[in-house]
Amino acid sequence: MSMTGVQLNASPDGGGEPISSPYTRFAALPGAQGLYDPGAEKDACGLAMIASLKNEASHRIVEQALTALRRLEHRGATGADADTGDGAGILLHLPDRFLRQVTDFQLPEPGRYAVGMAFLPAAPAERQAAVAAVQQLAEAEGLTVLGWRQVPVDARVLGAVARECMPHIAQFFVTGVPSGRALDAVCWRIRRRAQHRHGVYFASFASGTLVYKGMVSTAQLDRFYPDLADARLGTRCAIVHSRFSTNTFPSWPLAQPLRTIAHNGEFNTVQGNRNWMRARQSQLASELLGEVPEELFPICTPGASDSTSFDEVAELLMLSGRHPAAAIMMMIPQAWEHDEHMDRDLRAFYEYHAMLIEPWDGPAAVCFTDGQLAGAVLDRNGLRPARWLTTADGLLVLASEVGVVDVPAQQVTAKGRVAPGTVFLLDVAAGRIIPDAQLKAELAAAAPWAKWVGQNKRRLHQLPQREHVHHNAASVRQRQLTFGYTNEELRLLLGPMAATGTEPLGAMGTDTPVAVLSERDRLLFDYFTQSFAQVTNPPLDAIREALVTCLATSIGPEGNLLQPGPVSAEQIALDYPVLDNDQLDQVLFLRDGHGARQSLRVRGLYRPAGGDRELRARLDEICEKVCAAVHRGVRFIVLSDRDSSAAWAPIPSLLLVSAVHHHLLSSSTRTRVSLLVETGDAREVHHVALLIGYGASAVNPYLALESVEQMALEGTLPGVDPAPDGRTAAANLARALGQGVLKIMSKMGISTIASYCGAQTFEALGLGRELVDEYFTGTPSRLDGIGLEVIARETAARHARAYPDHPSHPGTGTGSSAVSGAPQLPGGGEYQWRRGGPPHLFDPQTVFRLQHSTRTRRYDVFKRYTAAVDEQAAELKTLRGLLRLNTQAATPVPIQEVEPVSAIVTRFATGAMSYGSISAEAHETLAIAMNRLGGKSNTGEGGEDPARLNDPLRRSAIKQIASGRFGVTSRYLSSAADIQIKMAQGAKPGEGGQLMSTKLYPWIARTRHSTPGVGLISPPPHHDIYSIEDLAQLIHDAKCANPSARIQVKLVSEAGIGTVAAGVAKAKADVVLISGHDGGTGASPLNSLKHAGTPWEIGLAEAQQTLILNGLRQRVTLQADGQLKTGRDVVIAALLGAEEFGFATAPLVVSGCIMMRVCHLDTCPVGVATQNPELRERFSGKAEFVVNFFQFLAQEVRELLAALGARTLDEVIGRVELLDTAQAAAHYKARGLDLGPITHVPPVAPAARRRTTGQQHGLENHLDRRLLAQAGPALAAGTPVRLAASVSNTDRSVGTLLGHHLTRAAFDADRPADTITVRLQGQAGQSLGAFLPAGITLRLAGDANDYVGKGLSGGIIAVHPGSGSACPPEEQVIAGNVIGYGATSGQLYINGRVGERFAVRNSGATLVAEGIGEHGCEYMTGGTVAVLGPTGRNFAAGMSGGVAWVLDFDPRRLNPLAAAGQELLIGPLDDAQAGQLHALLTEHIARTGSPLAQRLVLDWDTSRTRFTSIIPRHYAAIEELRTHAADSGQNPDSAQMWTQILEVTRG
Amino acid sequence: MADPRGFLNIRHRETQPRRPVPLRLLDYREVSERQRAGTLQAQASRCMDCGVPFCHQGCPLGNLIPEFNDLVYRQRMDEAADRLLQTNNFPELTGRLCPAPCEAACVLGINQPAVTIKQVEAELAGHLLDAGAFTPQPPARHTGARIAVVGSGPAGLAAAQQLTRVGHTVVVFERDEAPGGLLRFGIPDFKLDKRVLERRLEQLRAEGTIFRTGVNIGVDVGWDELRRDYDAVIIAIGAGEPRDLPVPGRELDGVHFAMQYLTDSNRVVSQARRSPRIDARGKHVVILGGGDTGADCLGTALRQQAASVTTLAIGQQPPAERGPGHPWPTVPPLFEVQSSHEEGGQRSYLASTVRFNGRQGRVIGVTVAETEFVAGSRLPKPGTEKLNKADLVLLALGFTGPEKAGLDEQVSIDFDNLGNVARDGYYHTGADNVFAAGDAGRGQSLIVWAIAEGRSVAAAVDRHLQGHTMLPAPVAPTDRAISIM
Repeated sequence: MSMTGVQLNASPDGGGEPISSPYTRFAALPGAQGLYDPGAEKDACGLAMIASLKNEASHRIVEQALTALRRLEHRGATGADADTGDGAGILLHLPDRFLRQVTDFQLPEPGRYAVGMAFLPAAPAERQAAVAAVQQLAEAEGLTVLGWRQVPVDARVLGAVARECMPHIAQFFVTGVPSGRALDAVCWRIRRRAQHRHGVYFASFASGTLVYKGMVSTAQLDRFYPDLADARLGTRCAIVHSRFSTNTFPSWPLAQPLRTIAHNGEFNTVQGNRNWMRARQSQLASELLGEVPEELFPICTPGASDSTSFDEVAELLMLSGRHPAAAIMMMIPQAWEHDEHMDRDLRAFYEYHAMLIEPWDGPAAVCFTDGQLAGAVLDRNGLRPARWLTTADGLLVLASEVGVVDVPAQQVTAKGRVAPGTVFLLDVAAGRIIPDAQLKAELAAAAPWAKWVGQNKRRLHQLPQREHVHHNAASVRQRQLTFGYTNEELRLLLGPMAATGTEPLGAMGTDTPVAVLSERDRLLFDYFTQSFAQVTNPPLDAIREALVTCLATSIGPEGNLLQPGPVSAEQIALDYPVLDNDQLDQVLFLRDGHGARQSLRVRGLYRPAGGDRELRARLDEICEKVCAAVHRGVRFIVLSDRDSSAAWAPIPSLLLVSAVHHHLLSSSTRTRVSLLVETGDAREVHHVALLIGYGASAVNPYLALESVEQMALEGTLPGVDPAPDGRTAAANLARALGQGVLKIMSKMGISTIASYCGAQTFEALGLGRELVDEYFTGTPSRLDGIGLEVIARETAARHARAYPDHPSHPGTGTGSSAVSGAPQLPGGGEYQWRRGGPPHLFDPQTVFRLQHSTRTRRYDVFKRYTAAVDEQAAELKTLRGLLRLNTQAATPVPIQEVEPVSAIVTRFATGAMSYGSISAEAHETLAIAMNRLGGKSNTGEGGEDPARLNDPLRRSAIKQIASGRFGVTSRYLSSAADIQIKMAQGAKPGEGGQLMSTKLYPWIARTRHSTPGVGLISPPPHHDIYSIEDLAQLIHDAKCANPSARIQVKLVSEAGIGTVAAGVAKAKADVVLISGHDGGTGASPLNSLKHAGTPWEIGLAEAQQTLILNGLRQRVTLQADGQLKTGRDVVIAALLGAEEFGFATAPLVVSGCIMMRVCHLDTCPVGVATQNPELRERFSGKAEFVVNFFQFLAQEVRELLAALGARTLDEVIGRVELLDTAQAAAHYKARGLDLGPITHVPPVAPAARRRTTGQQHGLENHLDRRLLAQAGPALAAGTPVRLAASVSNTDRSVGTLLGHHLTRAAFDADRPADTITVRLQGQAGQSLGAFLPAGITLRLAGDANDYVGKGLSGGIIAVHPGSGSACPPEEQVIAGNVIGYGATSGQLYINGRVGERFAVRNSGATLVAEGIGEHGCEYMTGGTVAVLGPTGRNFAAGMSGGVAWVLDFDPRRLNPLAAAGQELLIGPLDDAQAGQLHALLTEHIARTGSPLAQRLVLDWDTSRTRFTSIIPRHYAAIEELRTHAADSGQNPDSAQMWTQILEVTRG
Repeated sequence: MADPRGFLNIRHRETQPRRPVPLRLLDYREVSERQRAGTLQAQASRCMDCGVPFCHQGCPLGNLIPEFNDLVYRQRMDEAADRLLQTNNFPELTGRLCPAPCEAACVLGINQPAVTIKQVEAELAGHLLDAGAFTPQPPARHTGARIAVVGSGPAGLAAAQQLTRVGHTVVVFERDEAPGGLLRFGIPDFKLDKRVLERRLEQLRAEGTIFRTGVNIGVDVGWDELRRDYDAVIIAIGAGEPRDLPVPGRELDGVHFAMQYLTDSNRVVSQARRSPRIDARGKHVVILGGGDTGADCLGTALRQQAASVTTLAIGQQPPAERGPGHPWPTVPPLFEVQSSHEEGGQRSYLASTVRFNGRQGRVIGVTVAETEFVAGSRLPKPGTEKLNKADLVLLALGFTGPEKAGLDEQVSIDFDNLGNVARDGYYHTGADNVFAAGDAGRGQSLIVWAIAEGRSVAAAVDRHLQGHTMLPAPVAPTDRAISIM
């Protein structure tokens, strides 16, 4: 959930006094300051719904709901003030009887009156005025005011901060002629006016629902509202919500449930959704809106949360007459686009509504109710959990977790989960659950959707075709110059894309200046960086989970959102966001029935000589022209820079499209027209993404296309057929650009282009506020920066090179070929260093000096290295280069008094580089050096060679947990000093990774628990972290897996990182690592290297400031990394708040890396980033070189500390006063920069600016403590013990702590199975048996939640319903999502069904379940899975190893990519497999007593034929090869065998 | 980069083929031959297209080495040549004469034989020559500015070409009878066929560069006069002052500076003179100095059929491989086998000359002692003297700086403490409108530095005259090769 900036709400009619918004009045959010922006706040939570299935209102429902709420406490959080929760609440179906008893006035019959839960000003005078005003509004709408009831509250239970901004809470009773929904509509109008005009907030105001909520923790809610404890208060349905906010500031209105929904998750697209809602306001028409709708707008209240915005739109749709479920399905459509098996009418329902409203995309579990129907849905990918059960005595319990209400097993009549794509709906009055299919059939039949779509929507290929225009070489070259193309771009970007259809990869981090600090003229695109999901929401995997993504959209005017009917305007379906020239022409020549043009091409050009004034004037002119065209009825606007010439320069296309988009938004005409961009400047995926993100429906990058056509014709694209007209090349390029955009969307967790369009998921770095406010409204740009004049200047400079006053002189090197005389493009140098190109921090001089100084232990040479780097930094290559250490004001101390080198080096860490991406030699060199120094090295995400785990010399102190979970075992975690959870990586935040099969040599495969020669995928998200409370859970898991280890969370700098860091601190991380955007990588798409994330200086400062504001700073250690190279860098990071410092590239260079940037090719010629044994021999690094480097660095730090008058680093941490921004260099672009926000001085003493106290992890009360007390004999001597315990959902990570102790007790050898057996009874909390090692068996009778057997490391887990359960276990959901994630060995038996992502990334465990949700066996690389029931969609996506046996397998469930690529061997079981499966089922019966398994085994001859075996083709071949080799006495790891493996996988 | 594994597939470095020694000693034609296209392509594939191409730094011109290697690998020779000409006016000269500091800096050279960059360059130059592609690039229009370039060596020619092409009227003054400087008179034909130089000069003339030969500035025409008549003057006179060896017997007949000997021979080879004034035929020749000039003397003396040729070097024999004092990517002193060394002669090291022995005013021998290193200087070790027979002694001991004749008095040019013309960051000397480039300002250096300075001074002059320039300036006057200090 995210919010726009909190702002004052002027009354919408423009007159009167500005009224304080309730979102500020009843909140204690500080205003924006420094880099802190309250608009970046996020939250997440747990939720539950309890309802009667008998249409009976009872207090028991309230009680159960409150119990559930309390048991969701761990999904909420408290901040620095331990008594102030993040907010909780309960939504009730109207408790009519109770209200009659507590009011002293007569109430009409239920449904004929409405109750408003009003948050009124606390001050009596203001309150009275507000009350009067509200009454007046009601009367103006023709309602009768029945009276007010002051709601009793006990403010003593509140925390101090919550109390300070507490509203006066009263219930407002009205009645009138209408009833039900009509009455609700009137109340809605009153409520909106009351809020806009008088600052009164209504938690609810309806005839059917009532919301009690506040800034309380879950346990405080009923104590704060005594009503809730009143036995007379009965309801038939209740929804509760517990909030986890990333800040510690209370806000009463943001507590949930909202009026119609409770939401767990985050809408990633909210910025665009709000803009689009505002855009379509003028076209909204409904009786609901009354006569003066403007005063009700904006629909989405500024300053509120994403959940609130969603609620406001959902409510609007429901009130305008939509079925509540239909409203939700419009806003969160299931992934219908690629679902070929969907019912035609239902598909039409979705397709129709997609033309009216774009999806609200992002992880979501939403409970909704209109007072009659109540339901729940998940986002299209099922990223949040929801489980339900019904009882014999007529209760429905639906919640984020199972076990929130105690229900005896024999009482349960059915259990299930809400699955993505399904709507769980309860007709409360009828006491009936309406099946998804029935509901959808009803909605699909409600209107002739298919007819409406069929009559109005046309596909592009149905439009008339035109002749292809070929542009000759000279023309292409001329325009390449105009748009500033470089040779490097042709060579490294366009060429590869045109040749392969995919975006090229690069390696190592970027070390060139960001655009605003660059001396060179840069494209406007370069000033924007991509936002990406981290922690509060997950990125998605657009490749393996393509079924939820969609690049198709439709263009054309929208109809009235509130009045479904045949759309009057035609829409055109576009399959792809990148149009080739011919496709664009098709749109351009569209005519209506009368032959009139429907499209208008608008020339986006200006005369460069006129500078920014001319540019501005032209933009105004264009906006007006477009507006006029819209009013004339033009439906498609093509913004074009095709006709640039000597006199006319192209307006940067991004500026053009965003200016027009925002102009149309503000003039409320935006939804009447679609914008297409025909531009020469877009040539990277980043460019296309920006154009779409700022409002273009599709992009025609004509010059990029023509460039590759030309390259193909010249024969410079190997493997591309140049005929006809180089069209293959152009098609490949279009594909690469579109797919690249999909990846960029995925980084932010956005799955459809329709909701990405206009979503503005970008941050500007170095753009002036005025410019942003005018043309890129709503985009964060924290450091101010350049204005239109610099943009004009840079555009003019490019234009001047294309049309020079004097033609360039052939042969002089100025730009014309000495051979042909044709103009040549500049060389470039962004990706590879070139003289005369952009400067790189690592250039030949600095690399050489760094290597030489550390190899010969020459501090004098080292100082020359740092002088060169610092000098370069100062010449505007880095933000830190602009900062000066304020040594003048300081009194220096003698250097002897400064803490020694040996103390400083302990704060240093080397970066996370996996064993696999770099060689054993390089990896161990760093580890040995850091161990010698007392610093820390990092395993990276590739696990650690078991021989090193416990070796004090060679181990890596920091063990990383990344999304691939490679080698993450109990042993690995138990031997860590620090455990680092990598949420994002600087070089490619929001993306996963891939280790190519050719780099998976046997020794790497062994460490990663995978198969040699089979490629490995790291998913973009951690599949156990889709939200902040999930991260809190993983931190808890990790802490249990090793209580003595610090838990680090690695983040990448971007706008809003401060609030994320605060959330992470509340989630109890010990260390928060802030990485810069420029961090290194072994392989990353080039656009990520260059265009995602921001420098660490900004992120670190924002994190520091936000943590201090929230009172959380003392709990955590801050670490910074990202191209740190010198002592000065370290000191600046310290002054900005970092206590520890990470280095990766520099120590690699010390070890011999010469920045080849080919890590992804396995050809590193110096043996650093390669596994090739021959190249590894060339590794020349030594631990002492690395030791020298860090000692030199520490020495330099000492010198600087002495100059600053400090004796220890601790003294300067967070001392931003010691930084001087006054001297920021005089470069013309940097002049507009304002570094003030970075050096904003927090209002606390220096000592409060670093860690002083630490976290309270609360492991003292962990269930395992009780088990440990009895497990002594097993731990000490391996004597088997049997233990028992009852569990509830608040007992999380059961067995993990016990496992840690067993692992430590017997580190080197596995204990025999069942050494410790624990019988559990009840509902286990999340992460049951996480990282459970061999020797422990957990046997649970009851239910389990998400993440069972996460990282299973040899242990055995069995879950069964226990005796007394009435229903057949194989039909019930008994465990949650993401089971067995990253399991490496062990066994898991589940006697029942489970949720999504079963056995995700399993690499060696054996898992049995009796039915699974979507994405089963995703990314699996090894192990065995048996599914004895139905599988959801997308089975075996990215599965590259192991075997799955599935009962009655439906091949349509298979991942389409795997199916299409024939990557899997699918067929009946052979005898050996059947034997194995039989044994497995027998074991399953023994462990769980599964009746289903018993039946299968009994009739084995038939049963075995019902099973399908699914096994990856390469895996099977390699396994066979290796087994054969081993059988015949050969070494399966030999070089010869490796060659054979490579042959197999290629052939 | 078309083949990322090229350096692993092709392990061997294969450089220029040379004609057989017995044959080539019979004439002065170039000893090098063209490489087979297949070999060239394979060799180019060894380039790794580095993220930080150190070669590109090692080359003072900033040649786009990874790019042209890739294009050669892909057999796109025209484009490759274009890429080369973007940074280098005279690849046919550097391809023959440059000692290739780029190869010393080649990343592959860390642990494998470096990429044959120089050879690729030579072949590209050959490709241009074959194609007759020294097409003149005359300016589209003229600025009206007049520029005098004094000296027609590589620096002067590069400056002249750059300035001519952007429309200035450039006059190159040369005191000898033909332009080219060291290129023409210092380098023997077996290393540089003078027809190659002529082809390039033809191109310069066709573009509009004016050559005035036989004019000795400072003597025939005063520097001040020149400065008066031209809008800018570029001093590109090289570092012509040879280092002498003031030991007893220096005055004897038969003791010559190497450059006198080579100039004489070059005039004979070019048929400007019928017979050599200093002839090695039948003589015992001793060459003092183990550098390039010494090698050129050796090759010449062998072709003149000397009875014996001995090269004496005062220092130690350089190692065959890079030593710890000269880490990659610095240019290490290595024991070199130039083409002349293949052809014959003896090489002695640690030979410190004590005196020249003479009879009747003619040299008959050289007395040398073992070199002893005393407090950093190299001295003859007493008692180790030995006599080497010698009828002809050639001093190839390097150069100390530019000849100063007239410069200081006529235009009050300053010299730095090494004796080179002093200049600011834009090649401007202390005298208005007077610039200096090449060895005259830098001291004795390599041909690539000379061309780089020529290009850079052209940019400086253009900027000086026009207020702005689009000409590239690859090096600043203070730039030096990468080094430990």
